[in-house]
Amino acid sequence: MSREHILQIKNLDVQYYTDAGIVYANNKINLELKAGERLGLVGESGSGKSTLALAILGMIKPPGGIAGGEILLDGRDITKLDEEETRQMRGREISMIPQGAMNSLNPVMRVKDQIIDSVIDHELGLGKEEMEEMVRYALEAVELDRTVGNMYPHELSGGMKQRACIAIAIAMKPKVIIADEPTSALDVVTQRQVMQTIRRIQEEMGAAVIMIGHDMGLMAQFVDRLAVMYAGQMAEVAPKEGAFRAPMHPYTQMLIESLPKLGAKGEFHGIPGITPLLRDLPPGCVFNPRCPQSFGPCKEVMPKFLEHRPNQWVACHLYENESEPARS
Amino acid sequence: MSELLLELKNVTKQFKGGTVALDNISFSIDADEPSIIAIAGESGSGKTTLGLMAMGFLTASTGSVLYRGNDLAEMSGSDHKEFRKEVQAVFQDPFAVYNPFYKVDHIMEVPIANFKMASSKKEAREMMEQALISVGLRPEETLGRFPHQLSGGQRQRIALGRALLLRPKLLIADEPVSMVDASLRATILEAMDKLNKEFGITVLYITHDLTTAYHVSDYILILYKGSIMEAGDIESIIRNPQHPYTQLLIGSIPWPDLDRVWGEDIAIIDIEEDTSEESRVGCKFAGRCPHVMDKCKVAPPPLYWPDDNNRVASCYLFDDKPVLPGDDVGTLFRSKKVAVSR
Ligand SMILES: Nc1ncnc2c1ncn2[C@@H]1O[C@H](COP(=O)(O)OP(=O)(O)OP(=O)(O)O)[C@@H](O)[C@H]1O
Ligand SMILES: Nc1ncnc2c1ncn2[C@@H]1O[C@H](COP(=O)(O)OP(=O)(O)OP(=O)(O)O)[C@@H](O)[C@H]1O
Ligand code: SF4
Ligand SMILES: [Mg+2]
Ligand SMILES: [Mg+2]
Repeated sequence: MSREHILQIKNLDVQYYTDAGIVYANNKINLELKAGERLGLVGESGSGKSTLALAILGMIKPPGGIAGGEILLDGRDITKLDEEETRQMRGREISMIPQGAMNSLNPVMRVKDQIIDSVIDHELGLGKEEMEEMVRYALEAVELDRTVGNMYPHELSGGMKQRACIAIAIAMKPKVIIADEPTSALDVVTQRQVMQTIRRIQEEMGAAVIMIGHDMGLMAQFVDRLAVMYAGQMAEVAPKEGAFRAPMHPYTQMLIESLPKLGAKGEFHGIPGITPLLRDLPPGCVFNPRCPQSFGPCKEVMPKFLEHRPNQWVACHLYENESEPARS
Repeated sequence: MSELLLELKNVTKQFKGGTVALDNISFSIDADEPSIIAIAGESGSGKTTLGLMAMGFLTASTGSVLYRGNDLAEMSGSDHKEFRKEVQAVFQDPFAVYNPFYKVDHIMEVPIANFKMASSKKEAREMMEQALISVGLRPEETLGRFPHQLSGGQRQRIALGRALLLRPKLLIADEPVSMVDASLRATILEAMDKLNKEFGITVLYITHDLTTAYHVSDYILILYKGSIMEAGDIESIIRNPQHPYTQLLIGSIPWPDLDRVWGEDIAIIDIEEDTSEESRVGCKFAGRCPHVMDKCKVAPPPLYWPDDNNRVASCYLFDDKPVLPGDDVGTLFRSKKVAVSR
């Protein structure tokens, strides 16, 4: 185990228990995050991205649960924490800008009080003056004027609301920030400004960021590494350059191929077929029914998630005989 | 001269709170030359309002909306029914509006029954299957299923297929792909492209995503605070924007391309909110524009032809150039463009 990793996820299984059967939302997920790193988490709708985020935050509720594996934060397994310890960790060590956050601000509460509210049950022993100081810090960090603290959400533009949500998430200077589609409701101009803010704060605090989303343009411009999920599994984790220029997993290849390019107007490359049900996964590789490169073992044996190129981890049989894995 | 399908004539829409969502917009659609027209602009710029006006869901505060030459506000019952059939819409999450306990079959049958499209059950079934096939779905995989048993991309394509059943002339698609992932986007946009090319349907593609807009559209109309900033051929506008606002917008696109640095081309003041007095009487963009001049703050600029007759820009930087005769930017969205009088 390495010191530099702030977060290590090992063989994580998350399942939802429904009347129709068990939903295998996260299967044997492996992922490591360094301090200060920006990781993008992409994959089809329903592939398990938000589930992974919620698991890291200790927020998977029954009828769902973590069925196996561990999540190490600074070396400590946070899946073993009790409810109170989890609550203390959340916000202070790992915090989240949830999907659609700007619409979930409390409409009858001033921005300032919403920041304080998120901090207050952490019993940090802060006095009134220190609380005010924290609000000042948070607003300043997201480039909102101090007076915004006294405003209500409806008085703010979309970009300002999103900044307010970020202020709430970073007030306690967490080590890991998870942002679930942080700017999908914003136009490109505001989006760029908000992303610049997230980047600056993250660099100043030395926090790691996991950014979840569908916007591959945003990923290309913001992240250091990309993690690609398919049907509850990690298909590929690679440095951005590898993922965009030389993707290895057939799903990643097709995903990159589907992106609109300036030179290729009017060419569409969707991925034929549909995602399998997570409670009824095909045997072998979960991508095999849609994979154009599927061969012999794909329908029977589940491929291992291995480091086939330096720092490029892939779960695909195409590469399994190519080289001896460095680690497993 | 061919008949115009839909025409917005100097339409202004002011909401109760005082917000002017559309400010004197003129825009026509000629169904004889079906194309895909993107309506883009930042959040709150009036895109959805424009779509809703075109669908007759909102009435103009001033100005009028005409369908085949008849004012929507005064249309007779039978004309109105034809309008309802010929102008179809799809939205961000089409199934949000349907009962989750209805199967796909039911969702498709309703319009067939309402508009008496089929004379028998068998014919109705064939129509449904045809419509599904034309948006790239297999009927046996979709009919008989409930919405939750389908992927987002399948659902969105069913909404397109349903719209197609009625053989519309105009499809208004408001953010149809903003909730789905990249590969499904390609699939849905391809289906939209096909409706345009094979069935001759004009598509108004409302979006704030300029990457997909560029990919699928022939023309684009850029709105800012309810006014048209730039409009015309999409290739010219995306590759070589002339209006300072369009330049800011295009420069802010995060391209999925590692060789481009986000925002490297932006040489413009980034102010988030502009509520200055000037922006109300003069050019809407005056408060953020790095090229702002005194005259910009006095009256809104007309639509000039900055270079060729491919597009127009509402900006005084081009006031030595000819002005679009009449206000209708729709004339730019046809291959036979109006002649420029120089
Ligand atoms: N509380 C729950 N009970 C049962 N199934 C659930 C629950 N939450 C999520 N799921 C299922 O788990 C799978 C993964 O869902 P998740 O929300 O993690 O996907 P996602 O990758 O975040 O998708 P999106 O891109 O649409 O946000 C889906 O099949 C989903 O239907
Ligand atoms: N029913 C309404 N009542 C009052 N104001 C409204 C109403 N609908 C829209 N508006 C206002 O009109 C303006 C234009 O809104 P519209 O929804 O057309 O923008 P948009 O370009 O579609 O934005 P987005 O990208 O966020 O969807 C906004 O300022 C909005 O707040
Ligand atoms: S393992 Fe086989 S089926 Fe799976 S992605 Fe690789 S080639 Fe395709
Ligand atoms: Mg999600
Ligand atoms: Mg809208």
